[in-house]
Amino acid sequence: MIWQALSLQLGYNATLVAIGATLLGIAAGVTGSFLFLRKRALVSDAVSHATLPGIGLAFIAMVALGGDGRFLPGLMLGAALSSGLGLLVIGWMIRRTRLSEDAAIGAVLSVFFGAGIVILTVIQSMRAGRQAGLESVLLGSTAGMLRSDALVIAAGGALVLLLVFLLRRPMLAVGFDPDFAAVTGTHVGRIDLAMMGLVMAVTVLGITTVGLVLIVALLIIPAVTARLWTDSAARMVLLAGLAGGLAAYAGAAVSATAPALPTGPIIVLASFVLFVLSIALAPARGGVALLLRQMRFRRRVHRRQGLLALAAGQPIHEPFTLALLQREGMARADGVATDLGRAAAAKALLDEARWAALRADPAHGLTASRYDGLSPIETVLTPDQIATLDRDLAQNPQVS
Amino acid sequence: MVQPLVPPQNTTRPQGATAPKVTPPPALEVAGLTVAYGEKPVVFSVDMTVAQGTMTAIVGPNGAGKSTLLKAVLGLVKPLSGDVRLFGQTLNRARDRVAYVPQRASVDWDFPARVIDVVLMGLHRELGLLGRIRPAHLDRARACLARVGMEDFATRQIGQLSGGQQQRVFLARALAQAADLYLLDEPFAGVDAATEKAIIAVLKDLRAEGRTIVAVHHDLSTIRAYFEEMFLINTRAIAAGPVADVFTSANLQRAYGGRLGEAQVAGMQAAGGAAP
Repeated sequence: MIWQALSLQLGYNATLVAIGATLLGIAAGVTGSFLFLRKRALVSDAVSHATLPGIGLAFIAMVALGGDGRFLPGLMLGAALSSGLGLLVIGWMIRRTRLSEDAAIGAVLSVFFGAGIVILTVIQSMRAGRQAGLESVLLGSTAGMLRSDALVIAAGGALVLLLVFLLRRPMLAVGFDPDFAAVTGTHVGRIDLAMMGLVMAVTVLGITTVGLVLIVALLIIPAVTARLWTDSAARMVLLAGLAGGLAAYAGAAVSATAPALPTGPIIVLASFVLFVLSIALAPARGGVALLLRQMRFRRRVHRRQGLLALAAGQPIHEPFTLALLQREGMARADGVATDLGRAAAAKALLDEARWAALRADPAHGLTASRYDGLSPIETVLTPDQIATLDRDLAQNPQVS
Repeated sequence: MVQPLVPPQNTTRPQGATAPKVTPPPALEVAGLTVAYGEKPVVFSVDMTVAQGTMTAIVGPNGAGKSTLLKAVLGLVKPLSGDVRLFGQTLNRARDRVAYVPQRASVDWDFPARVIDVVLMGLHRELGLLGRIRPAHLDRARACLARVGMEDFATRQIGQLSGGQQQRVFLARALAQAADLYLLDEPFAGVDAATEKAIIAVLKDLRAEGRTIVAVHHDLSTIRAYFEEMFLINTRAIAAGPVADVFTSANLQRAYGGRLGEAQVAGMQAAGGAAP
């Protein structure tokens, strides 16, 4: 059943929903990356929770006007208006009071969400509200999704991606160094506003699929996942889009296998799986890679210390160092150097002297800044430079 | 490899005997500038004039409003009152002629970017929203890196740089702006001796090209060697003019209060005078 869902064999509607959700996931991952790089991830939580009263009020208004209360574009408009209001209130609180941003976000988020829940309760007591199933906006559900809904999500997602593409450069510049961006003529306030608008658009598009409680996960987790894999902002944005798209696609497809399965939590769990895999496996910043690097570094330190001890004529007693040197045939079991060990020790000592000379000479400032007490001199200098250095050393032997 | 940068746009510089004599407007003119954080004025009613083609140090104790003065000039903090003119124009009109080197610690160096990406940010204004980064732009960015001795680091991750290297990258980014007025906030703070030498050499080159340098500077012992003009500030302007005239123990006492002894000032004057 799950395989059928993932391979889009559950019928026209489920396929449509999966495609819509995938586009939403890509848009969310990409937009969230910029938000993450601007260090304003928390704002998205406020944006999403602040949509709830607007959704409720829009439903009531549409029913009162005699229309269908679940008309998606109408609900989206209400959601956008109330989260926009929430953002304005946050901005006002930061500017006019001495509250910090996180405190303002916490206050607005809870008040708006509380108000929204009260309005939903009122709707439950209305005649038109009983069958509305409006609480599906909290956690998302694709069960009752219409073809037109999927089209709205797809078109909205595409529009968001286009706008992000246009604004990518100023958004990154503002994320790295807002002051410098402002000096080069970027309107930092407007770029931040546009970024919030994009986050709001993603949130509003996602209320039926992911639900507003968990949309923040789809904005932030893919960005964090992608950051683990790359040190390039451009690649990070693309990877985040990929991770978001994958998670949303898997979540939507799986939830289509049973009518009662809420989509949002499954999408979030899918993106969490990607995150855990990344934190374990990513080559530069992942946990396994980090552990391996730490172990390798520890070996290098012990090996160097051991060689310098041998050069000073001391036997090795420290078990880890001894094991390392023994394995390389540089020391005997009693800690005394072999011929090979003596040669390596002499080289290590010479390197120390060369490094000392290098660091004493201001002309080598940049090279000297790479001194770590471990690297052989050949990793930073050419043979010619080493020869020059050795000539200087021979003339001033006291440097070592 | 190293390409010349765009020459200064200063059309009022002397261009020969036949050119009409016009007094060039000052590179920077600040009048009655007051900036407050909350209800505490940090810069109070400051007037400041920087002539084109000069090298000025803004000097004063911690919290004297040195950085705030720069930020107000650049429109980064909103002044309570006062007027700022750059080359006789408002900031928005003169933006193409101003470059900025902020404090190194003001950004997150774990940001996913390479050295060359940061330098290219200096070209953002020129590129506009839709402009593509072309080989010519990359060449210019690399030339700016070469000027600060960092050409080998172009594809290095910015998080892997030492403090001095970070400062050089910031200077290269400002060079990419190809401006006429360079505003630097503590460019020598926490950098190694080699970097300090490299940066001052670049600044003196810029000065020789007729560009204007204004730097917040904290090291009293190098002022005489590095700068020709000096602006002493402690919330209020204390003194301004050629270093030789302003760098006196009386002025420094007024700026720093009791924190500097006569002997210290005399020692620094001697040290500053003796430096190359």
